[in-house]
Amino acid sequence: MSNREEIALLAHLMRRAGFGATRDELEAMAEQGYEATVEHLLDYENQPPVDEYTLYRYHPITEVPGGAAAPGQANWLYFMVNTQRPLNEKMALFWHHVFATGNAKVDNCNHLLEQIQMFRDVGMDNYRELLVRLASNPAMIYWLDNNENHKIAPNENWGRELLELFSLGVGNYTEQDVYECSRAFTGWTISAKMPRYPYGRHPWQFEYRAEDHDETDKSFLGYTGNFNGEDIIDIILKQPACPNFIVRHLYNFFVEDEPQVPAWNIEQPRNPDAIRVLAQTFVENDYDIKPVLRVLFNSDFFKDAMYKKVKNPTEVVVSTLRLTGDLQGPDPRLEAVAREPGYMGQDILDPPSVEGWHTGHEWINSGSLVKRVNFVADRISDTNLPGVQRIVERIAGANGATMTPEEFVENCLDQMGPLPVSDQTRGELLSQAQSEGTVDWEGSYDDSARRTGEMLALIGATREYQFG
Amino acid sequence: MANTNKPPVLVVLQLTGGNDYFNTVIPYTDGNYYDSRRSLGISENRVLKLDDELGLHPAMAPMKDIFDKGDMAVIHGIGYENSPRSHFRSMDIWHTCEPDKVGTEGWLGRALKQIDPNSENPVTGVNVGQALPRALVAPGVSVASVADVSTYGLLTNIEQEQQRQQVLERFANMYGPAVGSGQVMEYLGQTGLDALKGADILKVAPNQYESSVEYGASPIAQKLRDIAMIHTADVGTRVFYTDHGSFDTHAAQATTHAQLWTDVSEAVADFWDDLREHDADDNVIMFMFSEFGRRVRDNGSGTDHGAAGVAFAIGPNINGGFYSEYPETRAEALQQGDLVPNQDFRGVYSTVLEDWMKLDAPSVVNGQFEAPAFIHTNGGSH
Repeated sequence: MSNREEIALLAHLMRRAGFGATRDELEAMAEQGYEATVEHLLDYENQPPVDEYTLYRYHPITEVPGGAAAPGQANWLYFMVNTQRPLNEKMALFWHHVFATGNAKVDNCNHLLEQIQMFRDVGMDNYRELLVRLASNPAMIYWLDNNENHKIAPNENWGRELLELFSLGVGNYTEQDVYECSRAFTGWTISAKMPRYPYGRHPWQFEYRAEDHDETDKSFLGYTGNFNGEDIIDIILKQPACPNFIVRHLYNFFVEDEPQVPAWNIEQPRNPDAIRVLAQTFVENDYDIKPVLRVLFNSDFFKDAMYKKVKNPTEVVVSTLRLTGDLQGPDPRLEAVAREPGYMGQDILDPPSVEGWHTGHEWINSGSLVKRVNFVADRISDTNLPGVQRIVERIAGANGATMTPEEFVENCLDQMGPLPVSDQTRGELLSQAQSEGTVDWEGSYDDSARRTGEMLALIGATREYQFG
Repeated sequence: MANTNKPPVLVVLQLTGGNDYFNTVIPYTDGNYYDSRRSLGISENRVLKLDDELGLHPAMAPMKDIFDKGDMAVIHGIGYENSPRSHFRSMDIWHTCEPDKVGTEGWLGRALKQIDPNSENPVTGVNVGQALPRALVAPGVSVASVADVSTYGLLTNIEQEQQRQQVLERFANMYGPAVGSGQVMEYLGQTGLDALKGADILKVAPNQYESSVEYGASPIAQKLRDIAMIHTADVGTRVFYTDHGSFDTHAAQATTHAQLWTDVSEAVADFWDDLREHDADDNVIMFMFSEFGRRVRDNGSGTDHGAAGVAFAIGPNINGGFYSEYPETRAEALQQGDLVPNQDFRGVYSTVLEDWMKLDAPSVVNGQFEAPAFIHTNGGSH
């Protein structure tokens, strides 16, 4: 593999398993090699965590945002921009896509952030443990009404979504299973049950109330017994549908855009072989998550999937900030910038429903496309930003004191990915470069830097750049 | 729509967060009102009386003037059965007309599909706000979403206009049809061209706009001014959407609610003055709604999520007055402490769609609902 191919592959890995990387970072990774880089990402515990106390010192409202989504979003954005554990943070975003919990109803970002922290803590460990933690997570209990799920009056909201969206998928259980599953989770509730107004928010805690738990037998997916919630989770894990469903989510998030989730019981996976390999790995490792991720990132189907996914808005925003070196550490603009993914259609901590977001090309409409293009262009053309200065330096030093328009375009495309583009796109970029002729780094560095910023912005505006 | 061939235009103003109906249109002779609004009750002498039973919140003087002119319909008790009292879910139901499942298509998206089936004009629908509301979303429907019309456009980082035009030309070429590039690439291409064309059309608006009306500094004033700019530029927009909030007044409602209605009432009155000055008011109606009303009993400082709300329709083509009935306020008549809706919102949408926009309503709102007749039937703009 040539060095250029290796860099391209590592850039692909970092776009998917993280939020992109600068060329300096990619070159350091190339020294280690691809597989070692995957291991480094998986071994996140040995990297330092985000210094959240610095965040809270400068942005105290982000520690206890209460019912307001914006400071909660600022909290998470800070983690994503500053993390040295990119895969761990990306997995938190993955689980947020799957176990979508929204502030519109929960009205409590403190507990939504607690849920996201739980995803950081156990989201790469074991899926069984994760489901148990999810079932006892206060934000989730409130979101899906399990605090209204009583022995004498079962509420099926959590029970249904656990099966439909969090583990098996439609078509792999009956309505009776939903009912029995819900009964098994009676008594899994939150305290304190005090009204929010006029006394203010009370921290929620998981509470198991034995007296409100239905102790009679349940018949669930062919098994009968006096099941409690954890027993139900164990039975779910015995279903072949379960590993298939979860690894299809992984495939959809990390490899290639699948149809929207509600269509999954109708439409076959794009790559059934990949799903089979990943599901088998998942089961063989007793639902440990890291081994599946290891197989996924080292697989040919992953390596062949460059630019086959439309970037989600959070990826657009965070990867641009990380690439350009903007908004590093505390910054008065943090809360304002944290709203940007929402403007592009992804209000983090506030998905439109428990189904999560519709992804792939559905991220794009004429409003969101304008936002995406402008967000990238405003930063990547700003030659005062440290990351942009570094890109300019690299292009300036790429091949000699002057550059033909062709060389200039190639170098810019290389720094923005490397990004492969259609002939049509390349032709337009070239016309743009030709309109100002040869790039003269020695004669006029500043003007060449300006031209570079403009070229990078135009590349950021292409169709190709909407994919990651 | 007398004496005009101008196509009908709809302006939707969403009051986000759940506006408190009980303190917006106040039953000032009703003892139940004062009994349940111990902290937030507004005394009879402060209420802006509309008749001998009902009056507006004191901050709504500019809207009372509109009512007195006969240009404002007050639609009582609007909502739907089994209100979930969740902001998101309720807003979603209002946007999609799907109370029983999560819908992805918006009612105005479907309406735009009827107005412009081939999506020929990318500014047939315009949202003035940051993110596109689901009400405007439908497959194959292109809608412009404009945060601020005077800075709207692609690649606004390029300051020099001539140079920017050149770059935008290249953008158009890059997004042009490419044979065999695949469905998603084609979709992106069309979307990019729509965005560009929309921005191109809208950029004329601020330049040719002149007005003696001085709008206030509130966000809603700026948004309605942007709508006035675009409407008077005559670029073919038929549906405008914007919002103001947050009306989610759980606490400190007395001051917050007054400020919200001060800003909205003044902005709405300025907007209509502006349209009149441009002789551009006679083909427009404005529809204002909120996702739900609030709890009848106040909580000492604010009010919690409720059910029935109030909607307003405004414009010279509106047959002013009251529609539907004020829900019963007796404790026994409430559900979970809330006013019970007696006018399905989809019926009100039907009036807007059929009597005003001249569209097929049942296919948009998913059925037949009782539709109050608040549009002048004889075209008698007065």
